[in-house]
Amino acid sequence: MISEKMILRIMPWAVTVGIFVVWEVACLVTGVAEFVLPAPTAVWAATVKFAPQILHHSLQTLFTTTAGFVLAVVGGMLLGVFIGASKLVYTGLYPVLVGFNSIPKVALVPVLVIWFGIGTVPAIVTAFVISFFPIVVNVATGLATIEPELRDVLRCLGATRTEILFKIGIPRAMPYLFASLKIAITLAFVGSVIAETVASNEGIGYLMLSASSSYNVPLVFSGLVVVGIMGVLMYAVAAAFERRMTGWAFRGSDLMT
Amino acid sequence: MSPEINDATFVTLDKVSLVYQQAETSTLAVEDLSLSIKKGEFVAVVGPSGCGKSTLMKIVTGLINCSAGGVTIGGKPVKGPTQGVGMAFQNSTLLPWRSTLDNVMLPLEIVEPHKRQLRRERDRYEARAMNLLRTVGLHEFADKFPWQLSGGMQQRANVCRAIIHEPSLLMLDEPFGALDAFTREELWGVMQKLWMERRFTAILITHDLREAVFLADRVFVMSKRPGRIVYEREVDIPRPRTLDTTFEPHFGEIVHELRERIVEVKHS
Repeated sequence: MISEKMILRIMPWAVTVGIFVVWEVACLVTGVAEFVLPAPTAVWAATVKFAPQILHHSLQTLFTTTAGFVLAVVGGMLLGVFIGASKLVYTGLYPVLVGFNSIPKVALVPVLVIWFGIGTVPAIVTAFVISFFPIVVNVATGLATIEPELRDVLRCLGATRTEILFKIGIPRAMPYLFASLKIAITLAFVGSVIAETVASNEGIGYLMLSASSSYNVPLVFSGLVVVGIMGVLMYAVAAAFERRMTGWAFRGSDLMT
Repeated sequence: MSPEINDATFVTLDKVSLVYQQAETSTLAVEDLSLSIKKGEFVAVVGPSGCGKSTLMKIVTGLINCSAGGVTIGGKPVKGPTQGVGMAFQNSTLLPWRSTLDNVMLPLEIVEPHKRQLRRERDRYEARAMNLLRTVGLHEFADKFPWQLSGGMQQRANVCRAIIHEPSLLMLDEPFGALDAFTREELWGVMQKLWMERRFTAILITHDLREAVFLADRVFVMSKRPGRIVYEREVDIPRPRTLDTTFEPHFGEIVHELRERIVEVKHS
C-alpha cells in the first residue's frame, strides 16, 4: 500500500516522465520530421553529443542569470523598502515603474548593446530589469499592509519610523520577498536567454540560435530542456531558502514548496 | 473606593471635539467631551456602537489630534503620539515571527531607558518578562509562537506586552471582545490581578457592561454620535472581585442602571 505522502512525492517525477513519454510516442506515431519536432531520444542524443558545448554555454547562462538576479534582489529590496515606507515615494514612483515594466524587455536589448557592446553585460542587465519589478512590488506590499493597530501600539511606545520599519515592516515583508524570489528567478532566466539570443556569443540563447540556423533542431530542444532544468533547480533553491527564513509564515502546511 | 488611589488627576479631557474630514462630508465624531481620571484609577467607557469610543482612545493617546479642546496626561498637554503608553486591542497584533517571550519584550526594545539597557541586562529583563508571563499563566508557552497559542493565550500575551515596560497609562480597546464567554471572564480576573499588583492608570473601552463593572472603579457612558459623556457611575464593589461577585444583587443593579442609560441614549 503506497501512502498518500509517497504519491505526492512521486507525482512531479511521474508527470514529467509522462510528458516525455507522450512526446516520444507522438513523434513515433506521426512520423514527424526531426527538424520540425525531434523526439526526446533524439534530443538526448544531441545533448550527449554536444555535452561540452552545452555545459560551457549553460554555465555562462547560469552566471548571467544569477548575477542579474542578485542585483535585482538587492535593488528590488532597497526600492521596495523606499516605496513601501513612504507614501510620497510610492505616489511618485509607482506609475513610472508600471510603465517601465510594460516595456517588452527584448526591445531593450539593442539599446543595451549600444551601451555595453555584445556579450555578458546585456544579458545580466536584461535578467536584472525583468526580475526587478516583482521583487519591488512584493516588498512594498508587505510594508504597506502593516496592521494599523500594530502601528498605533508602536507609535504610542514612542517608536520612530525607522524603528517601526526595522521591527515590523521588514520582517513582515520577508514572506512577500521570498514569494517574489521564486517568480523573479524564473523571469531572470527569460531575460538572460533573450539577451543571449539577440546579442551574445555565449550562453544557451546563443547556442540555440546558432543550432537553429544550422537546422540542428535536436540541439535547440536540448537547450530548451537545459534552461528548463536550470529554472526548476534555481526555483527549488529559492523555495528552500524561503522555508528556512520564513517558516513562521507557513504554519506547518506541507504543500507550500 | 480603595485608599491606595491617589487623588491627583492624571488624565484630563477638556471639552474635546473631533471632526472627521472625509472628502466633502465632515462628521462630528466627538463633541464637548470632558472627563478626568485619577492616577492609578481603572475606568471603563461604554456606549452604543459607533459612538466614538475608539476615537476617544486615539485622542487620549495623541494618535489623532482633537479639533477643539485639550487633553493632558500627567499635567502635560498631549500634542503628538504619547510616549510609553501601553495599548491592547481586540485583535492581538502579536508578531508571528517572534516567540511569545520576544513579543512581550518588544516594548523594551523601544521605550527608554530600557532600550539602552536591554543589551547589557538582557537576563534581568528576560526574567522580568518571564515573571509577568507566569502571573498570567503563560510561562510554559514562552518559546511558542503566537499562532501556536489559543485566542485567550494570545490575548494574555498581548496584555503582557502592553504592561511590560510599566507604562503609567494603559489603554484597552475591547481586548477581550473576540473571546468566548468563559475565557473572557477568566481574563477579567487576570487583568484585575495585574492591576491590583501594579496600580497603573487604565482606560478600558468596551461594550460589555459586566466587564466594565467587574474591572472598573468608575464607568462612563457615552452618547451616540457625536460622542460625549452622558453618565458616570462609581463602582463601589470591594476588590478583589470574583465571578461570584457578578451574581450579587448590587453588581446586577449597577449593570442594569448602566444598561438603562445606554438604552435611553440609543433612543434619544
